[in-house]
Amino acid sequence: MSTRAKELVALLAIVVLAVIAYIRKVGGAGPIEFSSTMSVVVICLIALSLLWILVLTIKGRLIGRRVVFIYVGVAVSLPLFMSLTQKVSPSPEVIQLYDAITELPEGSKVLISFDYDPPSAPELQPMAESIIRLCMQRDLKVIMMGLWPQGPQQANLAVEKVFEDTAITNKGLKYGVDYVNLGFQTGNEFVIQRMGSSFESMFSTDYEGTPYQELPLVRNVKNFSNIDYSVNLSAGFPGTVEWVQVAVDRYGVQLGAGNTAVQAPQMYVYLDAGQLKGLVGGMSGASEFEDLAEYHGKGTKYMLSQSFAHVVVIAFILIGNVAFFLGGRKSALKGQEP
Amino acid sequence: MRREIPLLITAIVGIVFVIAYFIPHWPFGKMSGWFSDWFSIVQGCAIILGALNLMKLSLIKVMDRKEDWGYAAVIIVTFLIVVVSGAYEGEEFRNPGTSFDWLYQFVYIPLSATMFAILAFFVASASYRAFRARNFEATLLLIAAFFVMIGRVPVGYTLSSFMPEGWYLSDLASWVMNVPQAAGQRAIMIGIGLGIVSTSLRIILGLERSHIGGGD
Repeated sequence: MSTRAKELVALLAIVVLAVIAYIRKVGGAGPIEFSSTMSVVVICLIALSLLWILVLTIKGRLIGRRVVFIYVGVAVSLPLFMSLTQKVSPSPEVIQLYDAITELPEGSKVLISFDYDPPSAPELQPMAESIIRLCMQRDLKVIMMGLWPQGPQQANLAVEKVFEDTAITNKGLKYGVDYVNLGFQTGNEFVIQRMGSSFESMFSTDYEGTPYQELPLVRNVKNFSNIDYSVNLSAGFPGTVEWVQVAVDRYGVQLGAGNTAVQAPQMYVYLDAGQLKGLVGGMSGASEFEDLAEYHGKGTKYMLSQSFAHVVVIAFILIGNVAFFLGGRKSALKGQEP
Repeated sequence: MRREIPLLITAIVGIVFVIAYFIPHWPFGKMSGWFSDWFSIVQGCAIILGALNLMKLSLIKVMDRKEDWGYAAVIIVTFLIVVVSGAYEGEEFRNPGTSFDWLYQFVYIPLSATMFAILAFFVASASYRAFRARNFEATLLLIAAFFVMIGRVPVGYTLSSFMPEGWYLSDLASWVMNVPQAAGQRAIMIGIGLGIVSTSLRIILGLERSHIGGGD
């Protein structure tokens, strides 16, 4: 069978599986879910096949990159159907952000800036949902905005998700009074700088077009001095770095951040210096925050996939190094396929 | 004059911003506010200009049947679909239930997430083929990566739960992130900061002119 034919077969199999899962969901049969025993059996089979690959590698037969792709695909997708739970250990930086929010007195104003777009949403949206949920649960006032054009739309999606919880809906929260979406403003860090003197100069209307002065929640919010805590959810520029450099350094804003896993390492410098009061990094950070907030959302659900993916990548790194040390040095160094 | 005026604007705006950072009072605070507003206006116009330029280049590519013109055609069609759907829905085009919102939720979000998710496959493949303990430095990197990768996910905690408190894999990962990683980041950021200061000074003083489309 040619490589192209194999790729087409694999694609067809994925499409068939997706259609079956969709038909089950639409038909009311609920999502496909493996039992705990089935999940353990699947994990054992994957582990055994990885061992087999290791044996093949020791024998001098290197595997191709397509095999790695298949394993990553399986490691990411299969756990979505598993009912296993993992013990999450919240890191100090996530606890710091959680504490910063929970220590705020009732009625405090929390500014959340949505500086990301859909590509980063799988990591940042779970954070957004659990942070907004926690704020609303604790009767804090939520002011949302975005320095990225799609940010405010992501904010609305997060609020919609939070309102699916009856405990939040029953609170009878009102738009403009308990939470507000100020929308997007172009200008990157200059927007933050102008907000330091006047929020209204940057957001004359909210996302819906309602004038700033007609929104009871922000009517008396002049600048950062009226904000009790800020959270920046960022996937790049403009994002946390700009918020720290302008809002924190210049205006003394109390800032916590939620970043993609790729961006988070850069923020530890600000965290150590005390410029950031809390950091939630990547999907793992989101699941830790959900664990603290006692809310098991997307972060917790997707964390099993991430755990599997990490283990599979580590396994392949080990296999690659075995190949490197046991004779296959030349081809391994060049990354050649057998 | 085509070169002198942009250089003069750059110098004045740059100097005002530097002074306003240390003396945020009148007149520098006021001027800094004006310049920030102007920046937002110019950037807003640049977005429109960028979109129109993208359309122009894509149209030329399609009409001249240049290489990969099919992709340019896709850009034009999708651009028009989004613009028309937004214009058709009026001021409330972003509200739930509108065609624009449908496109955003069920086309744009999945496609964007898919593009980003493809990275996982490339990272795994690249790690398998290139992440080798070739020398001392590479081995150190490999060990650090191992601890961070396994320590940042719950499975790391589960695997090391028999260890005494403070010695879990997650604690090791946190130490790597907070100490050696942060030290390296700090060094890089100081270097970048010094580079930005020197480049900014060159731009403000008119020594660096590449931003106005010319050499020295």
